[in-house]
Amino acid sequence: MPIRAAVALAATAVGLILLFSFRTPPASSITAVAPPAASSTSSPTPTPTSSGAPPSGGASPTPTATPTPVANGLKSGSFTGQDAANQYGSVQVQLVISAGRITGVTVVQSSENDPQSATISSRAFPVLRSEVLQSQSAQIDAVSGATYTSQSYAESVQSALDMARG
Amino acid sequence: MGTVVTLDVRDPGLPKAAIDAAIAWFHEVDARFSTFRDDSEISRLGRAELDVGECSTDVREVLGLCAEVERRSQGSFDIRYGGRLDPSGLVKGWSAERAAEMLVAAGARDFFIGAGGDVLTRGRAAPGRCWRVGIRHPEDAVRMAAVLETGSLAVATSGAYERGQHILDPRTRRAPDGVLSMTVAGPSLSYADAFATAAFVMGEEGLDWVAGIDGYAALAITRDHRMVWTAGMDALLAGPGRGPA
Repeated sequence: MPIRAAVALAATAVGLILLFSFRTPPASSITAVAPPAASSTSSPTPTPTSSGAPPSGGASPTPTATPTPVANGLKSGSFTGQDAANQYGSVQVQLVISAGRITGVTVVQSSENDPQSATISSRAFPVLRSEVLQSQSAQIDAVSGATYTSQSYAESVQSALDMARG
Repeated sequence: MGTVVTLDVRDPGLPKAAIDAAIAWFHEVDARFSTFRDDSEISRLGRAELDVGECSTDVREVLGLCAEVERRSQGSFDIRYGGRLDPSGLVKGWSAERAAEMLVAAGARDFFIGAGGDVLTRGRAAPGRCWRVGIRHPEDAVRMAAVLETGSLAVATSGAYERGQHILDPRTRRAPDGVLSMTVAGPSLSYADAFATAAFVMGEEGLDWVAGIDGYAALAITRDHRMVWTAGMDALLAGPGRGPA
């Protein structure tokens, strides 16, 4: 299938996601989070695929067009990549794949400090608002925050893709 | 750069050539600005193998923006601190902004670009739905401390919890210990990125500093587990628990 058509199909479904990382030494590279057209996992040309856009709160209808499955050897299902460790911690990513496209990407584990119990101290800051830090599981499209060490994230995603390829 | 870049385009039918061009752009940025590459322009400039006048337009533009933020932050943002030349605190946002311009020129209207924890949104996530940008909880990687609802906006966060990121306060020569993270939102990701870095170094005072910059808002997560934010963030913060968990 021509890549141009694949982009169009993916975009009418839930959008298009490309994830790539510039690695620390020795060289930068693209790790495409998408099944490459060829069987090689180190293809320098990333193939776009659909993203994990969360379902809306119910107000918008789901897309009416059913995307044509992409024949790329990816099985459907939920695949959890290996826990990729680095000197600062580790990252483990789960991919949900449907009809050959990635429809969900979730960090399922990240080794961090245990959450501490919240304490409140008062401080006078006239132009500022303040409240106790919350921890919520929220429907989001993107995350701001130095979230993952890049290489571990990419490794875990790649290993989940490898499992999906079986 | 050691940075993960995400492009999420919701426009149907955006030509693949536009995506390819954005990817090629990020590679170009890496080649020019990566401090991990000895042969990058910025590394060579840092070793004085080049002088500024011999550098590319892009490098000179970045250096100019960094100098401006250094002045505005009274030295909290200092790309030469530690003996290395490292403008990464601005390059992530700047390169994402350029990529966004390229995508818009190619006809894209609804997308987000994430670069190393900095996010730039344009348009809508879906018809009738704003983008929802979570601010990562500093101690629980899979949960959010807050959610911002955005249309076209830049959101950058500097934090102590990304332990691969070494931010030193040029004034104390130590890692800042004021706040766990500092998020800045505003029109430009180049500035939001640099302002977040500088404001993080300043600690809670950084909130007042950003509040004084026209068009920018800030939210800090403090060591005693409070979120403190400037008035400009009020309009962006989504109510807790909106939408399915």
